[in-house]
Amino acid sequence: MRVVAALSGGVDSAVAAARLIDAGHDVVGVHLALAREAAVGGPGSRGCCSIEDSRDARRVADVLGIPYFVWDMSERFMEDVIDDFVAEYAAGRTPNPCVRCNERIKFAAVLERAQALGFDAVGTGHYARIESGERGAELHRSVDPEKDQSYVLAVINADQLAGALFPLGDSHKDEVRAEAKERGLLVADKPDSHDICFIPTGDTAAFLRKRLGPAEADIVDAESGEVLGHTDVAYALTIGQRRGLDLRRPASDGQPRYVVDVDLSTSRVQVGPRSALAVTELVGDHVRWCGPVEDGEVNGHVQVRAHGEPVPAKAVVESDAVTVYMSEPIFGVAAGQTLVMYSGTRAVLSATIKVTAHD
Amino acid sequence: MWIEVSSSVGNASSLHTAGRGARRVVEESRESIAASLDVRPSEVIFTSGGTEADNLAIKGIYWARKSLDPNLNRVLASSIEHHAVLDPVEWLEKHEGADVKWIDVDVLGRVDLAVVGQALAKPGVALCSVMWANNEVGTIQDVATIASLCADAGVPFHTDAVQAFGQIPLDLNLRGLAAASLSGHKIGGPMGVGALIARRDLQMTPVAHGGGQEREVRSGTLDVPAIAGFAEAVRLGVLEREKHAAVLETLRDALIARVVELVPGATLSGDPADRLPNNAHFTFAGCEGDALLMLLDAAGIHVSTGSACTSGVPEPSHVLLAMGVSEATARGSLRFSLGRTSTQSDIDRLAEVLPAVVERAGRAGVLSLARSTES
Repeated sequence: MRVVAALSGGVDSAVAAARLIDAGHDVVGVHLALAREAAVGGPGSRGCCSIEDSRDARRVADVLGIPYFVWDMSERFMEDVIDDFVAEYAAGRTPNPCVRCNERIKFAAVLERAQALGFDAVGTGHYARIESGERGAELHRSVDPEKDQSYVLAVINADQLAGALFPLGDSHKDEVRAEAKERGLLVADKPDSHDICFIPTGDTAAFLRKRLGPAEADIVDAESGEVLGHTDVAYALTIGQRRGLDLRRPASDGQPRYVVDVDLSTSRVQVGPRSALAVTELVGDHVRWCGPVEDGEVNGHVQVRAHGEPVPAKAVVESDAVTVYMSEPIFGVAAGQTLVMYSGTRAVLSATIKVTAHD
Repeated sequence: MWIEVSSSVGNASSLHTAGRGARRVVEESRESIAASLDVRPSEVIFTSGGTEADNLAIKGIYWARKSLDPNLNRVLASSIEHHAVLDPVEWLEKHEGADVKWIDVDVLGRVDLAVVGQALAKPGVALCSVMWANNEVGTIQDVATIASLCADAGVPFHTDAVQAFGQIPLDLNLRGLAAASLSGHKIGGPMGVGALIARRDLQMTPVAHGGGQEREVRSGTLDVPAIAGFAEAVRLGVLEREKHAAVLETLRDALIARVVELVPGATLSGDPADRLPNNAHFTFAGCEGDALLMLLDAAGIHVSTGSACTSGVPEPSHVLLAMGVSEATARGSLRFSLGRTSTQSDIDRLAEVLPAVVERAGRAGVLSLARSTES
């Protein structure tokens, strides 16, 4: 097959590309330029993005002996991921930009462009497995539970899955690092990236404040209504959050308090005990079947964050909406988060959480 | 030649025997280059290449002129210069308070001589720099007229001759021409060596201070083997230029005719007549240059798209934008460079694959276009 290997400049995508070559594919390395400063100045002035990563990616391609190109996806990334991220927070929801990027950029814009240029697939260094089931390709968890990324990939549909290759799904991270070293790839000991790529400082509140301006709100006790503190970035607070609230007075029972509700229209953020965060029912929209479509009901486990614990659940799907019933409560779920239903190791569907409830 | 010279280890600035040997190689190289170019040996200043030569000329002349008279603060440069000129000029503007006038070009990439004349008529011009021929679209400038206008105004004129050297005849004794930048590897010599040809009476402030080598304007130990190789490349380049240029022009015209005939959306960029013999540059409507490059590369044809930012993102060419090409069209540009090993069969091969490549790139290009109109 002719394959585009997406090279981020990190160790995972480097080893993934090497394995694609070993598998006999005709591989071209492509680095995606995503976040980008606008060009300013006189004729010929240049704006630039992650220089170190693109150099590392180029070096990987050179060591592997494959052609290397940079695809400028910064405009699409700005519209579909960064603007969407800001708009979701402004609307009081908690989005996952990596999920959005996989859905709109990596396995949409990039895959479409690759296919238009005559490639058969896009290969990435994600930790997930693609298994061929009776009814087509299925997405499964990685064998490395620590690194499993099936959650952020569960937004891609059957067609997109057919054009994706994840050569690292059967490996553990330490094996991948060792292999990179053996192959002479200098990115072998490059640290993992954890932060949101377009907020390298990790300070999401500061990023949102810059984009959205201040949003003053009182932080009040959910039960007594007593004002306990104040925030100037209400939209940056998310349900289940405990840190960074700067509450001036301890709770009467001495227990930690969490954000249990953010209401931007009334400028009120409510805090309460962990028990107030318990949720046993989720309603989601924007349902995406990740591979074969099932009949209305899925029994298995639900997961609501990238490295969250899967909880036994039943999902009932009606057209574009899904209702998920958990047999035990989960804590700290906000609208905007992605829910993924698993059946065993298989990621069956994803949806965007709209409403949460406790029975 | 390089191996021969590399085997002797002398520093050309040293007084011992090995040093004298090295210095002799440098000075003989300098004399050989001067003879080939019909200039004085003292007018050859060795540098690490074209970029350093451009930086030395732009900053060196600007500073020397300004220290002579603080009112000499204006810099004239064409808007289609190579980054090795553009960036030092912008740097002077940003950090040294230079007042920069970018000289416009017409749709064929020719500098507007009337604008040059008007800009020179105003007082305070420290220097003027216009490239001899453009590296992207191949257009050759009327350097003789520009140099002469500068001479009339008493303004030193510099030209980046890196692309033109070895391709077209260069008269470095033109009235008004104060300095010209040359590069070794563009004429088949070693990489990392070049020269600034600077008139004896041209005052320049050093950019690199130190041991005082190269007329005290370019300190640093010289790369003797590279200089020897450069001199040989200059000798052969001048000697054989006419013969090679005739071959290249025939191939270039054949290539242009085939591309225009086979690809309906292809437009030749630059001056159709006054252009470098080795350059054919096109824009392909509805395509992205890097998609074309990728597909041609896979077919074994190596072309270039122009400049990219530090992280490798393809940029719409500032040269095409200055020529009035729209940003969308500028993104679909491609340069075909011919060399001494190019043959008619290379052009036949290109003609065979290009229509399908453009068609395919057009489909990939349309995807992103469809998207941008939809949103």
